[in-house]
Amino acid sequence: MLDHFCHWLSETPLSDFIQNVTWIIPLVQTIHILCVSIVLSSVGMLDLRLLGVAGKRVTISGMAARFMPWIWASLVVLLISGVILIVGEPARDLPNSAFQLKMALLISVIVVTLVFQHTVRRNANFWDLSPAHRHSAKVTAGVSMALWVAIAVCGRFIAYIDAQH
Amino acid sequence: MSLESICAWLEHGTIGTAIAEGEWTFPIIESIHVIALCLVVGSIVVLDLRLLDRSWRSRAVSELTLDVLPWTWASFLVAAIAGFLLFTSAATRYIVDVPFQLKMLLMAMAGINMLVFHFVTYRNVHEWDKDHPTPAAAKIAGGLSICFWIGVVACGRWIGFTMR
Repeated sequence: MLDHFCHWLSETPLSDFIQNVTWIIPLVQTIHILCVSIVLSSVGMLDLRLLGVAGKRVTISGMAARFMPWIWASLVVLLISGVILIVGEPARDLPNSAFQLKMALLISVIVVTLVFQHTVRRNANFWDLSPAHRHSAKVTAGVSMALWVAIAVCGRFIAYIDAQH
Repeated sequence: MSLESICAWLEHGTIGTAIAEGEWTFPIIESIHVIALCLVVGSIVVLDLRLLDRSWRSRAVSELTLDVLPWTWASFLVAAIAGFLLFTSAATRYIVDVPFQLKMLLMAMAGINMLVFHFVTYRNVHEWDKDHPTPAAAKIAGGLSICFWIGVVACGRWIGFTMR
């Protein structure tokens, strides 16, 4: 089923175009990595603040206001560039277990990020209410960082794990 | 000792062979390299955008630098060590690879740009630290820095196509 879809997709004129214009895939991959660097750094700044390790002169809501728009905007560009790469080489990505794990982790981290954003919007001081709240901020930051690192590793491993057939 | 013989020595040494021959050593070190480099680039861009007067104007440049730069340097150290380990796996081929050479050149230029900014422009930071537009020299440094680091990332990805 998936093989069938990959085959069909790779035969479309758009896929053919992406495959045969040599600079498209390197260029789109470069844009993809630059957006990964914006997301990882933005998430890093936010999570270090939640952990109470860095940026303490700024409030958590101040950090969120500064970095959340960059995270969402980069995710949109990552989605578009990712789709272009998939259309260009569907059989490299879709059946690849590293790619599938990456997508599962990505959905998880988006849920974590949405919950974080919802919480900070409802009450900017939520994480300062009690020691238990402070603890939950640290757990959120730890989970988010771990997920993003795993997503980046899976992304790189797509190139090394042969797609299962 | 010539550069070629140093590269050959690195490549045939214990570390170089181990990385080249291990099934997962290269991808694992490469993942660490990519993540660390992403953190270098992203955190530098946070500073560059402030120097360009594009974002976070409410924060003093000196304060933001103190918050961000230690993490940039720590990430750079990790990226450089991981990058060096990757280099040892095929040193003789990397050293003659054009995108690799260009990447090193762009990093050197980013370094020079940073030194000029730090030792010349940044010296009178108290005059434009906050509530003042950043001077032209700071904007130029920020703009050049973004360009150089985008070039570094592009060359890094390009290496993946010439070296496989």
